[in-house]
Amino acid sequence: MELLLDISLLSMLVATAIGIAVSRDLLAAVMLSSIYGLLSANFFVTMDAVDVAFTEASVGAGISPLLMFATLAIVGRFERYPHQRALPALLLVVLTGAMLILATLDIPAFGDPNAPAQTHVAPRFINESGTEIGIPNMVTSVLASYRGFDTFGEVTVVFAAVVGVLALLGSSLPAAGRKLPDTLLQASNHRILRIVSKILVAPIMLFALYVQFHGDYGPGGGFQAGVIFAAAIIIYTMLFGLEAAMKVINVTVLRVLAAFGVLLYGSVGLVAMLNGKNFLDYDALAADPVHGQHYGIIVIELGVGITVAAVMMLIYFAFAGRLIDRSHKS
Amino acid sequence: MLSHLPILQVILPLLGAPACLILWRPRIAWAFSFFISALAFIISGLLLKQVWQGGEIVYALGGWEAPWGIEYRIDLLNAFLLLIVSGLSTVVLAGARQSVAREIPAEKQTLFYVAWLLCLAGQLGILATGDAFNVFVFLEISSLSTYTLISLSRQREALWAAFQYLIVGTIGATFVLIGIGLMYMMTGTLNMADLAQRLPEVADTRTVFAAYAFIIVGVCLKLALFPLHAWLPNAYTFAPSVVTAFLAATATKVAVYLLIRFSFTVFGKDFSTFDVPLHSIFIGLGLIAVFSASTVAIMQRNIKRAIAYSSVAQIGYMIIGLGLGSVLGLQATLLHLFNHALMKGALFMAMVAMMLRIGGITVDDIAGLGKRMPVTALAFVTGGLSLIGVPLTVGFVSKWYLVSAAFSQGMWLVALLVVLGSLLAVMYIWRLVEIMYFRESPEQAPRGEAPLTVLLPLLLLVLGNIYFGIDTRLPVSVTEAAASSLLVEAYQGVQVGGAK
Amino acid sequence: MSVLFSHYNYWVVIVLMMIGFYIVIAQGNLVKKLIGLNIFQTSVFILYISAGKVSGGTAPILADGITLYSNPLPHVLILTAIVVGIATTALGLSLIIRIRDTYGSVEEQDVRAAEGNRKQESC
Repeated sequence: MELLLDISLLSMLVATAIGIAVSRDLLAAVMLSSIYGLLSANFFVTMDAVDVAFTEASVGAGISPLLMFATLAIVGRFERYPHQRALPALLLVVLTGAMLILATLDIPAFGDPNAPAQTHVAPRFINESGTEIGIPNMVTSVLASYRGFDTFGEVTVVFAAVVGVLALLGSSLPAAGRKLPDTLLQASNHRILRIVSKILVAPIMLFALYVQFHGDYGPGGGFQAGVIFAAAIIIYTMLFGLEAAMKVINVTVLRVLAAFGVLLYGSVGLVAMLNGKNFLDYDALAADPVHGQHYGIIVIELGVGITVAAVMMLIYFAFAGRLIDRSHKS
Repeated sequence: MLSHLPILQVILPLLGAPACLILWRPRIAWAFSFFISALAFIISGLLLKQVWQGGEIVYALGGWEAPWGIEYRIDLLNAFLLLIVSGLSTVVLAGARQSVAREIPAEKQTLFYVAWLLCLAGQLGILATGDAFNVFVFLEISSLSTYTLISLSRQREALWAAFQYLIVGTIGATFVLIGIGLMYMMTGTLNMADLAQRLPEVADTRTVFAAYAFIIVGVCLKLALFPLHAWLPNAYTFAPSVVTAFLAATATKVAVYLLIRFSFTVFGKDFSTFDVPLHSIFIGLGLIAVFSASTVAIMQRNIKRAIAYSSVAQIGYMIIGLGLGSVLGLQATLLHLFNHALMKGALFMAMVAMMLRIGGITVDDIAGLGKRMPVTALAFVTGGLSLIGVPLTVGFVSKWYLVSAAFSQGMWLVALLVVLGSLLAVMYIWRLVEIMYFRESPEQAPRGEAPLTVLLPLLLLVLGNIYFGIDTRLPVSVTEAAASSLLVEAYQGVQVGGAK
Repeated sequence: MSVLFSHYNYWVVIVLMMIGFYIVIAQGNLVKKLIGLNIFQTSVFILYISAGKVSGGTAPILADGITLYSNPLPHVLILTAIVVGIATTALGLSLIIRIRDTYGSVEEQDVRAAEGNRKQESC
């Protein structure tokens, strides 16, 4: 059964990838890439990587295609030329692929419990994290504590992305009181969409909070929560327009929040240092190390969630603002 | 607090960046980022002293000991590079304010400084970490902010240059990611020291060979090693002037560091020089880079582009030293990292001054510059002489070590070609000198020096070029110790593997 | 035959990676390049996650009565890598929008042609 699932998922992935390569309609390619994201999320579930599946579903099938659709609306949907340099590219790709296949010949068999990857570092996380960190989700333990510094880097990457997007598209960020063309709000005339999403926005936000604070016990955490929260606002904006959204949201506040999340994460590390421990050592946060770990994880996940939600909204608003600028011109 | 130095110098700019965004006013942002960068520089100086006196420093992040947690591991090699990167960032930032005010729209200047701090933090993080995956994360922090810095330029070509770099850089980073993954599958660890222990057992597998190949190719894409250099000239030419000075002085150094770290510490000298024919590949590619890029440099009209091509050539020299695989060769490479940072810092900083006063950087713009901006022109020429390798400049020191390293291994042909390559540098530098001093200025050409805030950092860099060309004690002793400790430790690694 | 069964997973993933890689280098449309980059990276993620799977194991969330878990470490690494991927995509798309503004096209061929023309003019 598992084999069957595995093979069918993999073959669908291959078919989707080929479809993307062949299609000259970019709209189709983006849709296929979103399917690709969803299929790989499914594959991750069969590989027991539920947290990864959650994230891949929200990024690969959510945010990434959304931004690509927005871009296509600005730059046009069809490829103009056939493939360039097809032959040299093919040669290079075949060579790289051959190198990789050669590399796989000596790696341990798929699923082998005695592979070095499974026996050297990982057992500590599996056997000890329950007592050392005290939360059931090992992925959260490793992500937030054992390798918490990687995650700090990850938030910084998100922050670096928004700095870049603001530098490039910041001038079209919508300011309060800006008049919007009616054509963009057609969706809001659609009664069913309007009602259904109005009902949905609040529960989505609630779900984001659940994901944020339940990450210790099940799949989820700051990143996924941030994306979901931003998604609620984005849906609202799509239906009721930027103008309506700007009444509740202030771009400057979002920018400050994006920076604040990173600072919040870092300050947990600094507090640990002031208490005489190493950077990000949460043991220092409470008398009992396990409690300290727990507090630390809650705060840094909150920092991640705030930054990610603010950044996703800012990026979306920057893209949407550009879309409006364009329709003004034309 | 002294025990926290390794992490402090990375988290200062890392937390400084978001703080800078909150401060928002450009003038404050500049002062703030300069202050942060200067602090990082001071810390790296203290670190180098600590390592020199007390040996390697290990700092367990989150209090989790490696290999379960991530550790920072500072030895002479990365302490030396931390000093170069934070030092050059500080000096260039000191002279950046006016140039940024002129070249970047007011509402984007704060974002510029935020991206600068992120880029600095990313580079320092790559240098300090002892964890292979953490390298990938910080590589991406520095890359993303570099794309931002380049694209902030007013020249429209910068957008295309940044996009090209984004594609190449991401492919490079993904290759590194593949390599790290393959290593993990074979050893179960991500910690560099742990990898160095466990890799010899599986060194003869095709997987480890492929892992090494992917990491090297990925890093060489970032390094712009010939023939993977196509993105660099555009990126350097069209980026804002101060960004070019910063990147040219630091970014390639970090990439060379990664090559050294992965080749000699993680995989070990035994593996990277005997199991893989890296010797000849590196020396060959290095020589081709020197000759082809120098030739192209001679023909450029835009002098920024000419010096950018010269960077590709200089990377060639660094790779040759690495390919020699001896202590002396490695020392030549390390010396050249330091010296190249000084000379490219001086040359591009001189161009910052030129851009500020005359607003252009083609051969027509700089005609007669010797009379119009005597100090800047002289500084440029000194940097150029150093690039050629004239005695009493730093350029001479590293060329000297490189040539003698090649000689001591009986590779007289390589030594000869290195010297011949310098002749090409004479050609493209002399051409610029001729234009600056023997050609008439165009009519109504702007004259007068750049303000002192730009000139002082420039002069500091020029003096560095001369001072360390005469008093070579600091760089020579540090690089000698770093090179021999890297290779000798690698030999010990061989013995452990052989004893089994 | 046994190699086929124990490794086919990896091989399919490599094919996926290479399709993505091909799109990046062979296709001239900049949006398509980024899509290719996404496919390439996502496939590398699948490679990592496959390496963490333990036959008969379950998701690495502690629960009573379960003794065999899959390896959480690759999951953590890939969570980080996914985030890095979307950050790169967002920045790349912004660059594409600006390139379209300045060059009027998002095809590599057109942009290069525009660059070439400009260079000739300035000479």
